[in-house]
Amino acid sequence: MSEATRSGSGARIGVITFPGTLDDVDAARAVNLAGGEAVSLWHGDADLKGVDGVIVPGGFSYGDYLRCGAIARFAPVMEEVIKAAAGGMPVLGICNGFQVLCEAGLLPGALTRNEGLHFICRDQWLKVESTSTAWSSRYESGAEILIPLKSGEGRYQASEKVLDELEGEGRVVFRYSGDNPNGSQRAIAGIASANGRVVGLMPHPEHATESLTGPSDDGLGMFYSALDAVLTA
Amino acid sequence: MARVVVDVMPKAEILDPQGQAVVGALPRLGFTGVSDVRQGKRFELEVDDSVDDAELEKIAESLLCNTVIEDWKVTRVQ
Repeated sequence: MSEATRSGSGARIGVITFPGTLDDVDAARAVNLAGGEAVSLWHGDADLKGVDGVIVPGGFSYGDYLRCGAIARFAPVMEEVIKAAAGGMPVLGICNGFQVLCEAGLLPGALTRNEGLHFICRDQWLKVESTSTAWSSRYESGAEILIPLKSGEGRYQASEKVLDELEGEGRVVFRYSGDNPNGSQRAIAGIASANGRVVGLMPHPEHATESLTGPSDDGLGMFYSALDAVLTA
Repeated sequence: MARVVVDVMPKAEILDPQGQAVVGALPRLGFTGVSDVRQGKRFELEVDDSVDDAELEKIAESLLCNTVIEDWKVTRVQ
């Protein structure tokens, strides 16, 4: 990778660890691969350590007790994330992180049990529907990207009114391509907040950063996009 | 002290694949005549007398239930 593509050098992206988080290390690694500096954030500390953006990674925070993301949403660090998001800080929720952001009210809708009840673990094609968010600007609109999906409660649900709003405002960021793996309404894989700074998706871009360990390096675009967004803010 | 039950159920318009799996299993076990099953959650709370109904509603609404996908009902049983 040439230095020229490392446009985000210097940006600091926080990665939260809750009890039960699994993918914080891969998320941090992805940030570093994209040329940023990953900063560990602890769920119990109401402190974002001055980061420029935040990733809420995947896993099973608090054992998915009550509902996925329902307990994590009240963690001290999340109160700070909610405040920072209101100020426009880029926030990405991946898988369980997406569930946390929905529970926290930063994104509309909810993630429920997969339609077929099975936990799904596979490489999944996604279509990039919106490139006007802080986490998708590096993609070409309509691009198809291959990203691992691994979740049991990934079915995106919202009221028809909210779905229409998301579609109308260009806030559906990623859509499942081909078969709908989990019954998500309108095959939605990822969405954005109204200002495009907060994005959540079920598939795992941090697992698709190198061809050696993932199905592609298509996931890197999300991290490059965030570093761009931070530097131009 | 009082015992309070909070029932949380998926909203009627929300797909409940777990309930569907149960209703699909019943005929295989020889139970016929059950046309629908919805699966929810029941919480039993021991609360002292300082907790009023408004506070119980708030507890149910803010934590026990996700209002996007679920309805809830608070019942004092004792």
